[in-house]
Amino acid sequence: MQEHDLNFVRVEMAIAEAPPRSGKGLIGWIRNNLFASLGDTILTLLGVALVVLIVPPLADWLFLHAQWTGTDRTFCATKAQGGIHPDGWSGACWAFVGQKFQQFLYGRYPIAERWRVDLVGALFLVLLVPLLIPRVPRKGLNALLFFVAYPIVSFFLLLGGWFGLSHVETPLWGGLMVTLVLSFVGIVASFPMGVLLALGRRSRLPIVKGVCVAFIEIVRGVPLVTVLFMASVMLPLFLPPGTTFDKLLRALVGVSIFAGAYMAEVIRGGLQAIPTGQYDGADSLGLSYWQKMGLIVLPQAVKLVIPGIVNEFIGLFKDTTLVYIIGMFDLLGTVTQNFSDANWASPQTPLSGLVFAGFVYWCFCFAMSRYSQFIERRLDRERKR
Amino acid sequence: MVSQQNGRASVFYDPKIRGIFFQAVLFAALAVFVSWIAGNTIANLRRAHIASGFGFLNSRAGFDVSNALIPYSSDSTIARALLVGLLNTLLVAAAGIVTATAIGFLVGIGRLARNWLVRQICTIYIEIFRNIPPLLVIFFWYMGVLSVLPLPRNSIKFPFDMYLNSRGFYMPAPVLGEGAWVTGAAFMTGIILAFVSASWARRRQMATGRRPSVLWVAIALIVGLPLAAFALTGFPLSLDVPKASVFNLTGGIQVKPEFLSLYLALSFYTAAFIAEIVRAGILGVNRGQTEAAYSLGLKPGPTLRLVIVPQALRIIVPPLTSQYLNLTKNTSLAVAVGYADLVAIGGTILNQTGQAVEIVAIWMVVYLGISLVVSVLMNWFNAKTALKEK
Repeated sequence: MQEHDLNFVRVEMAIAEAPPRSGKGLIGWIRNNLFASLGDTILTLLGVALVVLIVPPLADWLFLHAQWTGTDRTFCATKAQGGIHPDGWSGACWAFVGQKFQQFLYGRYPIAERWRVDLVGALFLVLLVPLLIPRVPRKGLNALLFFVAYPIVSFFLLLGGWFGLSHVETPLWGGLMVTLVLSFVGIVASFPMGVLLALGRRSRLPIVKGVCVAFIEIVRGVPLVTVLFMASVMLPLFLPPGTTFDKLLRALVGVSIFAGAYMAEVIRGGLQAIPTGQYDGADSLGLSYWQKMGLIVLPQAVKLVIPGIVNEFIGLFKDTTLVYIIGMFDLLGTVTQNFSDANWASPQTPLSGLVFAGFVYWCFCFAMSRYSQFIERRLDRERKR
Repeated sequence: MVSQQNGRASVFYDPKIRGIFFQAVLFAALAVFVSWIAGNTIANLRRAHIASGFGFLNSRAGFDVSNALIPYSSDSTIARALLVGLLNTLLVAAAGIVTATAIGFLVGIGRLARNWLVRQICTIYIEIFRNIPPLLVIFFWYMGVLSVLPLPRNSIKFPFDMYLNSRGFYMPAPVLGEGAWVTGAAFMTGIILAFVSASWARRRQMATGRRPSVLWVAIALIVGLPLAAFALTGFPLSLDVPKASVFNLTGGIQVKPEFLSLYLALSFYTAAFIAEIVRAGILGVNRGQTEAAYSLGLKPGPTLRLVIVPQALRIIVPPLTSQYLNLTKNTSLAVAVGYADLVAIGGTILNQTGQAVEIVAIWMVVYLGISLVVSVLMNWFNAKTALKEK
């Protein structure tokens, strides 16, 4: 009965206004992101000053003035220091890194036997890469090969003394190889230890729980250096008189114990995140404790904490540098040891060697942290589905 | 079958009895293991003619320590040497924690800044320092930077009589004159009065809804009061300025390169982790909280102080605690550059006397004690900031 329809319904879209010119394009972006306010402008200017102060001298030192080739210290020293460069020269001594590169990788491992280290490294990559890519099938078999078969094969290959391979004593091992061996063994040994300790910590049996809590908290409460000292000084005391004990093995024991305690806390986090319904469900199916944990709880818990495990591994990888303190030569140790080589001693050598070692460590750790983030995003997506 | 008819399972399947049985087995195994280790240790020590026990702590140390905070000479006892080490550990840890927190908060907030350049610089800082072993950073400062600085003769000069050379960093030392304690007392009084005025302001705000100015009063009390006392007692302070002699600088405070490299490396390394914690904490506060505060009419400053920071702290404090503990434990890396911390001095004693068990026991007790104290303090702080649910 209405004469006029007072409702107004707009049928066509209004023509969009162009955004203000100042907020558009490169100038708009610069204004919004760098000079939005007086404070921002000051910060930007300070930032530019910082970049100008650091980047050009750094680039000069790293690349432009760097010495890339050479056979001894004269190539990396100024005339006053007995070298070839004009006074006041300062640049990276990559010649030193180039000459010592093999040693940084293998330590004093006999040159004729280095193919064994290469083979172990190649096997490592062949088994690791498919394990890291989620799409590749047969994860179980792959993991079994990687975590059980591979360490055994590597042990025989690296140490030798079997199948006609000559025996290479561990004091000859060094460089990146030792770093990788330490962190790999640390992580492989710490995992079962961490699982047992985490289960023990959540156990209802008071003695089991007490022992596990005490172990975890004591090891986590002291620095790795003291654990390593303990492994290197006290292990020989603990064993029957006359037992000799390989130095590398002592470091491995120390690193594994340390990593195990930290791993236990990561896995405990996963165990706590599993809803009680899963435990109850397993109980109501009549599964035993180990069936319940092994088939229902742990697979879910471990999957949940993969990012945490990778982070633990990054920490362990960085911590292996500490074996230098108990007199072993991992990558950092080998690099540092070479600073005292009279043939290469120059003011530029330490900085160059350390920058190189830092770059290697950085590459490994950065790659691992990126992988951990990737897995985290993937798990998040699965959980939301 | 019989047992089932009785409505009970066999004793073998009783979880309580199984539990007791397994624990007894574990306990027995542990006891055997420990006694085996103890037996071996005693036999080994006897063979090496080392007397166990802590009696060696009272004997003469016989080695020098280059940076002792308390009077110490090689004639002092071993116990005193360990105390020197402990104090050095605590010094580095405290200085590192303060600096790492300051850098970490700045960088963490910087990563969330609107300014693109600041964001990038902060990200690069974090990604570099998080992924490099701290020991390498220590060496970087020690061997790469500080040891190639000029000799004392050609020291780099800074304003206010500060010098930097290959032997460390030199700065003027304040020498307290007569009556300087009045200034110190005034400072403490100022702090206490500032707390009192803050709590008065809070009560006033609760009662009237109006908030009296707190900040300016606090600044006046904490800075003004000691300054006034300082002026009234006739400026009882002089400076011991480092002076150049032929080969060295004398006077003033000398910060040794060992301390400097350890302190810088640990601060920069830990700051990268703290920055990420701070960022996560701030991002963890729901955006609705800010919007709600604005809609209540709060200005950006009070919004940050009263709404965002208290909630962010709740997320930040627990992981921050573990970073502080990590830094404290990482001070043990001092042994690599020869800074005389607890581990370095303990290691020296260990090599001299062979008292491995005792030294390691002392290390463990001390570090566990420090961890415990830091944990208790931070848990108290956490309980204060934590969500108070009814």
